Amino acid sequence: MGVLANFVVNVLPYITFIVFVVGVIYRIAVWWSRPSPIPIAVFPGQRSVGSAIVRVLSDVIFFRSLLQFKGNQILWLGAWLFHISFGLILLRHLRYFLGAEAVPGWVAAVQGIGIAAALVISIPLLYLLLRRIVHADIKWISTPADYFVLLLILSVVLSGLYAKYFARPFVVDVKYVIRSLMALKPVDLSTVTLNTAFLVHFFLVQVLAMYIPFSKVMHFGGIFFSPTRTHHFGGEAHTKQLEEA
Amino acid sequence: MGEELDKVYNVELKPGAGENYVCHLTKPEFAEKMANKMPTEPLPDDQMVEVALKRLDQLRKERKSLQLYLDICVRCGACVKQCHYFLGTGDPKNTPVGRAELLRKVYRAHFTISGKLFGSLVGAQKLTPEVLKNEWYKYFYQCSECRRCSVFCPYGIDQAEITMAGREVLNSVGLATKYITQVISQVYKHGNNLGIPEAAFKANCEFLEEEIKELTGVDVKIPVNKEKAEILYLPPSADLFTNTDTMMGVAKVFHAVGADWTMSTYASEAANFGLFFSYDDIKAINLRVVEVAKKIGAKLVIFGECGHAWRAARQYMEAMNGPLPFKFMNILEYTAEMIRQGKLKLDKSRNDDVIVTMHDPCNMARAGDLVEEGRFIIKSVCNNFVDMDPNAIKEKTFCCGGGGGLLTEEIMELRMKGGLPRATAVKEVVKSHNVNYLAAPCAIDKAQLPLVMEHYEIPVQVGGIHDLVGKALILEGQEEFEAEQAAKAEAEAAAAEGPSVCGLCDAEFATMEECCEHAEKEHKISKAQCDMACEPKK
Repeated sequence: MGVLANFVVNVLPYITFIVFVVGVIYRIAVWWSRPSPIPIAVFPGQRSVGSAIVRVLSDVIFFRSLLQFKGNQILWLGAWLFHISFGLILLRHLRYFLGAEAVPGWVAAVQGIGIAAALVISIPLLYLLLRRIVHADIKWISTPADYFVLLLILSVVLSGLYAKYFARPFVVDVKYVIRSLMALKPVDLSTVTLNTAFLVHFFLVQVLAMYIPFSKVMHFGGIFFSPTRTHHFGGEAHTKQLEEA
Repeated sequence: MGEELDKVYNVELKPGAGENYVCHLTKPEFAEKMANKMPTEPLPDDQMVEVALKRLDQLRKERKSLQLYLDICVRCGACVKQCHYFLGTGDPKNTPVGRAELLRKVYRAHFTISGKLFGSLVGAQKLTPEVLKNEWYKYFYQCSECRRCSVFCPYGIDQAEITMAGREVLNSVGLATKYITQVISQVYKHGNNLGIPEAAFKANCEFLEEEIKELTGVDVKIPVNKEKAEILYLPPSADLFTNTDTMMGVAKVFHAVGADWTMSTYASEAANFGLFFSYDDIKAINLRVVEVAKKIGAKLVIFGECGHAWRAARQYMEAMNGPLPFKFMNILEYTAEMIRQGKLKLDKSRNDDVIVTMHDPCNMARAGDLVEEGRFIIKSVCNNFVDMDPNAIKEKTFCCGGGGGLLTEEIMELRMKGGLPRATAVKEVVKSHNVNYLAAPCAIDKAQLPLVMEHYEIPVQVGGIHDLVGKALILEGQEEFEAEQAAKAEAEAAAAEGPSVCGLCDAEFATMEECCEHAEKEHKISKAQCDMACEPKK
């Protein structure tokens, strides 16, 4: 384990953390601060703040808008499967972050489904990649960045699976590394056994995290600000106004 | 989905197919009238880029929607097949995402870190005068701002917001279309889009009053420029010329409920073409309405059957011109409410000659929250109503192909291609349910859809909703008049059967028919003009 390993474990994580957090906060702050005085809700509408919240959440959780057209149903399945798997994998990885001794019960409870998600996620990822190559119209609208982010996530997934099933590091040491980083304590690499598979995975994850604030992946934050969804058609139907007038 | 409509989605990709559809450029005499103070001529190439970028930077800072929709698109392609212009032309720059990328790639190159560092790898491209003139000017005028794409986008990205911004940037360098600027300058001069002067406007209203009187025997007023009135009504000005049945239907409703209403020649147009042009002009056109309403003390402003009017009012008026000292609503809401309250005497059977389907105007449905009222009214005044494919109505309605400021001759071919999905959905119900009346409560629809239906050889009549209301509505005194008319006609018919006398030679005949034959032979009076000679014997 040389200088490179030391950089990936002891230096880069802090850079990653700062770039990710500052970057994401900055991007969201920009959206937050932009004025939006014109209500541009799109029917079927939100008539109140409550129903606007429901509508946004139904898009966030169920990707409701993708179900509005028959031809988008496979995309819905692929996209939803990918995102839910991604979320479950993130949850599973909390075992390396939480609990000094044993992990909290709920984190232990999601390990099984988290591993299942890791095994499944390559399928929607490959689908999302293939549709950009196979469909002439989707190919036309795709930019190099669209392929890049899919390949990056795929490499994170595959390196993770490789580390889990073919070149397993000592997980107690992995947790020790993460906990040390969280405590801002440098890790003496000679005292832990980390293999290359882990280091590659750990490195790719950090590249992904740093890439996020500069990329379209920020849609995860932007979706909460979309005026066509967050705005609402004020008050009741206009017929009420007739009675007043 | 119906089979025919299904086929429309199997569109072949034809990059560049939209290149040839270019709207005529504006002229200085129109451009100088615009409220946004655009340059009256296109700027020289060496100034264009700088001015455009400055404007784009300003707009993205003023509008959350623009900033967000430039940033968060993942190019998933869910919107690709939702645009009628893409379905019609196959040009990928006419997909919502493809069109938005024209602006996004410039935004990335000039305003984002990744775009500055990695250029085309992240889909960034620097702005040039050619991009403005050849890409933006062409393709931002091949979008009708119908907002259909935003219904299907997982983030609600609204191409109309991008198009509106793109057009404002184009305006800032002197690139605007003749059609839109000409229409807006008419509003500033005459108060309406068609440029009808005050005298002609009033004369038309009088003519329509006479028309109603002739048909119903009732004195229905169509008041103009009353000094005080409870209700200010804004028709699309085309209702005074071409869609007169709609105007008469509305006047009859107001008459039937005894409303105190007026129109104004200062603001005699519901439609607001500022929507296709600039925020400044939306505001200036709306302001005319607000001024008149305040002046006459209107408590209620009612917008006629016009989609673009409704969006400008529903979404922009309060925010831009408020606080408003009056309530406003759409005539569809008003009439629906009057029907609910039982204030209209309706005879559905008078519309038994039509089988109706309804085209939701984009801006009534998606932008205006108005989908049920129109259907409720139609079902209240007609016995035969059938909806089109669920994928082509309500919030998923297809544009007629002529909205967004594209209702102009020089891009007729594009308009017909854009009308393909709508036409196909209509064709399905014509085949399955013998529909013969396409109700479209929007003046742009009423101008565009008859052409589309003719182009695709679909035998339906296009008309308004209030045309049908007018037919079914029975005014007080109308039935007596109709009974009188019927009696008179019967008497005439009976007389025509009886003995007749020739006024020129006093010869007598057993029937009118025989007399007419005699008049033609002896006095050289054609049968069509027989009444010059023959009359029933008293």
